[in-house]
Amino acid sequence: MSEIVIVGLNHRTAPVEVRERLAFPADTVGHALRGLRERDGISEGVILSTCNRVEVCVLSETGYKGVEHVKDFLAGFHGVPVGELSGHLYHHFGEEAVRHLFRVSSSLDSMVLGEPQILGQVKDAYGYACEFKAIGPVLDKFFTKAFSVAKRVRTETRVANSAVSVSYAAVELAKKILGDLPDKVVMLIGAGEMCELAARHLLSAGAKGILVTNRTFERAVRLAGEFDGTAVRFEELAVHLKRADIILSSTGAPHFILKREDVEAVIRIRRNRPMFFIDMAVPRDIDPDANEIDNVYVYDIDDLNNVIETNLEERQREAALAEEIVVTEVAWFRRWLDSQQVTPTIVSLRRKFDEVRQAEVAKALSALGTADPKTRKVVESLASSILNKVLHSPISSLKREVDGRSPMEMVTAVREIFDLPEEEAEEAAEALVRPPEQGGNVGRQ
Amino acid sequence: MGYNIRMHTILLKVTALFYLVGALAYLHFIFTLNERSAKLGRMLLLIGAILHGAGFVARYFAAGYTPITSLFESLSFSAFAIVCVFLAFELRYHLRVLGAFVAPLAFAFSVSAAFLPGEVRALAPALNSYWLPVHVVLLFFGNAVFAVAFGAGIMYLLMERELKTKKMGAIFKRLPSLNVLDDINYRCLTIGFPLLTLGVITGSIWAEYAWGSYWSWDPKEVWSLITWLLYAALLHGRMTVGWRGRKAAILAIVGFCAILFTFLGVNLLLPGLHTYSNLSG
Repeated sequence: MSEIVIVGLNHRTAPVEVRERLAFPADTVGHALRGLRERDGISEGVILSTCNRVEVCVLSETGYKGVEHVKDFLAGFHGVPVGELSGHLYHHFGEEAVRHLFRVSSSLDSMVLGEPQILGQVKDAYGYACEFKAIGPVLDKFFTKAFSVAKRVRTETRVANSAVSVSYAAVELAKKILGDLPDKVVMLIGAGEMCELAARHLLSAGAKGILVTNRTFERAVRLAGEFDGTAVRFEELAVHLKRADIILSSTGAPHFILKREDVEAVIRIRRNRPMFFIDMAVPRDIDPDANEIDNVYVYDIDDLNNVIETNLEERQREAALAEEIVVTEVAWFRRWLDSQQVTPTIVSLRRKFDEVRQAEVAKALSALGTADPKTRKVVESLASSILNKVLHSPISSLKREVDGRSPMEMVTAVREIFDLPEEEAEEAAEALVRPPEQGGNVGRQ
Repeated sequence: MGYNIRMHTILLKVTALFYLVGALAYLHFIFTLNERSAKLGRMLLLIGAILHGAGFVARYFAAGYTPITSLFESLSFSAFAIVCVFLAFELRYHLRVLGAFVAPLAFAFSVSAAFLPGEVRALAPALNSYWLPVHVVLLFFGNAVFAVAFGAGIMYLLMERELKTKKMGAIFKRLPSLNVLDDINYRCLTIGFPLLTLGVITGSIWAEYAWGSYWSWDPKEVWSLITWLLYAALLHGRMTVGWRGRKAAILAIVGFCAILFTFLGVNLLLPGLHTYSNLSG
């Protein structure tokens, strides 16, 4: 019976030294996928390789044995002994594999919960598998379903809604205070890694321009060059401050470089156009009392960290909702998968009995030794009506869904009782569901 | 012919029900952020407004005058104007959360109208004029625009508090940026203030025809003047000194309270020339 198998490792199970040895760079994926499909018992495969995880998902025709096949493949392809990997690799089988991929693509298994890149990476993996024709009807359905689950999680929960890094929190706050950023000017005071990162995020979020100032003017000039901005002399800070809507500050100054009165004066010149100060310096650069001025918002590093903490807590809460979505979607997919096995079973059941019928009819006719069309007809209709009546109840039992019992149990039982061959079922399944290159959305709702 | 006051009252109650469910849908949206609720709310308000408008047209033809004379009619028309203005703003700014602040207002007005005596009466001779629709429609739409500014003002204060205290809770996630809210304040002012001014001017001209004097210091006139001065101060402050944000939001809220008093308080508490629309009549 074919089952979905996922074997892989991630940032929790393997250190980077192991992950990098097992990674599949983009230019090797095609080769790897071909190698994977050439293995016995593997009919479809997808390889996901990111900096945090390497996962191989296959449709295994030999059930649980597929796990070992994939482990062998991973070890063989990268030339790493299986024994060395076993401590780092995890595997998921059947329903667990379905749940795993749904969780991974919804970013519920990510290092930073809800981070948005993983879905794109899973889509890329699927794209490679399509390009190199490694994917078939089952995994095609599986992955497209995983994308729609991820989309549901994204729209129905707030698992990815709020910023969880200092620089993104700064962008988020800036947007809530100032609205759209395209006409806003950023000012960078001093040089600090976090400030520079935040400035970069603000600029890529659309901020119009950047002013850079530093006690050493040369440094300001160099940094301004990097940002394609304007360098300003530190002594002229007060003059240029009025042009800035967002001020990022991290100098090594022992005292406030902007006192409340300074900010009050600037905001008056700006005719109350709001200003957002982000003070990442310790000791602080900007008098926190300035936050009390109308239209002025001053956030220090602790404030930003608090924002992130609240956001992370919210993500955790939302993740519980997301897990519920995953559970219902896994059940849905399981039913779909089972229904895919029921029809081919019926087909092979019929085919098997048909062969018996034909053989027995031929035998009977030759024993009768007569070509009388009437006798012939009677014998043939006798055989087929016995066949139909005998097969009626097993087939309708297969089709019927009974509460609390998976159709798979029935399929397995029928296959065992009647000793139905596996390959036939596969052929029948492929005849039923067109492969993705001919019509990628077969079976999609 | 065919106009039946009971039918009209029932229609108004149905309209109020649409506004109520619309308001609830918007409130559901603001709690759950479920987009479908916001769409449902908009749809319900739109249907309510269409029914409401149809009711007005029917009443206009039955009465033979613009049906904004009694308290019943005024409240009802206010609700209609507020919903229309809100839908226009939503179309322009996609500010769905505003619905949770404005739709309940429309519901409150329409439902209080629905329980007032609403029969069509002979028009007081002084009101029988072409100035009636001009004066009243200008003022009521002006008021409706200020109702939106009031909603935006409350939202601004809530949002500003979150940002100042740095406790980003549910409100932070749900409300638009301060900048957008302040922009709405300004936009409402530039639309509402001319409407209010024209409303007062047309009223004054009409008063000259009807009562023989442009201005007679009747309570409604006094309070209209107070309201007008409040908004004039806000507009002036915005244009010259750069008032914005918190100050503008508070003034928009105070201004709307003045409007409510001019509209309802004066009618119910202070007798004067404008007493066409107190509870008894």
